[in-house]
Amino acid sequence: MSSPRVAVRQARTPAETPAAAPALRRIAAQASFETRAILRNGEQLLVTIVLPVLVLVGLVRTSFLDLDTQGYTRIDFVTPGVLALAVMSTAFTSQAIATAFDRRNGVLRLMATTPLGRGGLLAGKVLGVLAVEVVQVIVIAGVAVALGWRPELGALPAVVGAGLLGTAAFTALALLLAGTLRAEGVLAVANLVLVLLTVGGGVLLPAEQLAGPLAHVAVLLPSGALGEAMRGALLHGSVPPFSVVILLGWTAALGAGAARLFRWH
Amino acid sequence: MPLSDAPAIDSAQAATAGATPASAAGAADGDHAVAVEVRGLVKRYDGRAVVDGLDLVARQGAVTAVLGPNGAGKTTTIECCEGLRSPDGGTVRVLGRDPVADARALRPRVGVMLQDGGLPTGVRALELLRHVAAMYASPRPVDELAERLGLHGFARTTVRRLSGGQRQRVALAAAVVGRPDVVFLDEPSAGMDPQSRRAVWDLVRELRADGVAIVLTTHLMDEAADLADHVHVVDHGKVIASGSVRELTDGGSGPGSVRIEATPGLDLTPLLTTLNTPLSAEAWVGSESEAGVYTLTGAVDPAALAVVTAWLAERGVLARSVSTGRRTLEDVFLDLTGRNLR
Repeated sequence: MSSPRVAVRQARTPAETPAAAPALRRIAAQASFETRAILRNGEQLLVTIVLPVLVLVGLVRTSFLDLDTQGYTRIDFVTPGVLALAVMSTAFTSQAIATAFDRRNGVLRLMATTPLGRGGLLAGKVLGVLAVEVVQVIVIAGVAVALGWRPELGALPAVVGAGLLGTAAFTALALLLAGTLRAEGVLAVANLVLVLLTVGGGVLLPAEQLAGPLAHVAVLLPSGALGEAMRGALLHGSVPPFSVVILLGWTAALGAGAARLFRWH
Repeated sequence: MPLSDAPAIDSAQAATAGATPASAAGAADGDHAVAVEVRGLVKRYDGRAVVDGLDLVARQGAVTAVLGPNGAGKTTTIECCEGLRSPDGGTVRVLGRDPVADARALRPRVGVMLQDGGLPTGVRALELLRHVAAMYASPRPVDELAERLGLHGFARTTVRRLSGGQRQRVALAAAVVGRPDVVFLDEPSAGMDPQSRRAVWDLVRELRADGVAIVLTTHLMDEAADLADHVHVVDHGKVIASGSVRELTDGGSGPGSVRIEATPGLDLTPLLTTLNTPLSAEAWVGSESEAGVYTLTGAVDPAALAVVTAWLAERGVLARSVSTGRRTLEDVFLDLTGRNLR
């Protein structure tokens, strides 16, 4: 077949000329797309919403764990840790698994060829995580209030700050895992790490209440630092500087690792 | 078609065209601007060169097919053009720009359909298409495109539950929704039923008529033969043959065939003896493949055909049909890349 003789590119109206949508609109579209994908996925909902709520209700309404609440009511003492757990589940476990499977299925590569690009894809993912976290906070805080939680509203800026720091560190960890391991490996590791950090990482309860050497290790982990930051914000009205330094350090290290090692293929 | 007939009048021109098909193709396509130009591309994985000095040109308003066996380097080449991989050597230019360095400028103008689809699995088909469309300032109307490719029948089905052919159609729609100037399609017809394939081919032809440059990789010889204006046969990371389908199938001295449908039970021996008397390098062979259908294989030329019809006339047999077969693109492909499995 010979090529038909056609005009090289027929005159086009401006509306038909290929052009990218404005960057903010692209990123907003991607963030909304990611948020919907997570909130519609049963397993993701289980980890991000159901698990923290179960932990909250379990720790407050049952007494199979003998908690040293340091003079606070049980609900006041436990809720900050559950919020920290919620941040971990979304920024780390849920995001690592979603990104790993998107990477395996070629979704990252395909979206990188659209005007969204790699940067826009990353920005969309981070905003999607934050949006899911807002939903988590509303649900968890709602349940906590129903259980008698009466937080100081003045603590909100500190809570937001702690949440952002934790989100940065754990999203970086999620991307490092998702960009280097096989999808099935990420699925296993991301869930396992969440369980280990929840039990022994100083999230739900202060690190100093953990047994033996774990108490010293947990304060240095991003989980322990995030837990302390949340408790500081809600129980004392400010985030401890030590936690801020730890979280920033992890963010820098994990972020640099992800930037260097992340493979798109 | 006066344009294509013109060179035949001037014997000197015709001779030139026959001698170097590649340059003739270049001249014929001279009024189509170059959209993709790959020169000496090298790409190594773990030190092994998967693409090894590959040259390729694709033009606006034309379909360029990249044919090759598995592992020949087709997908890697396409991915270098898409900016998904950085070349280890050589140059790649898409619309005159470097796909990696100028990615931001090229992304709105280049549409991509990946071999593995690259579609997120948890979303509904049409929702995904709308999402990709949102990345462009003035995308094609999604409903119209969905209609064209028959996506409405499964618009609300999640990608995970779609058949292979349905996914391919969604992926193609995503590749063209931004009104691209250049489209890369990596095995677009894989897993498609014949109806889907027809819809895809029609859309590709329409894009070509609109002046879009289409580069596609394929294993399907009929796809390349029906669709492509220009074919590059790739093997071991290099282009080993290049030209229009006609140029490729005309070239070479492979045997042709004559197929005769006539009364059953004719003795082919005298015919084959006559055909084999001249100084023919290759011997004619023939048989009655089924009752009344005779297939002869040899160097088909006008003289041979005259011998065949004379033989029929001597016997007073009026053939229902006599047809000559040239080499198909598949013959060319197998001759070039070998018939062995690898």
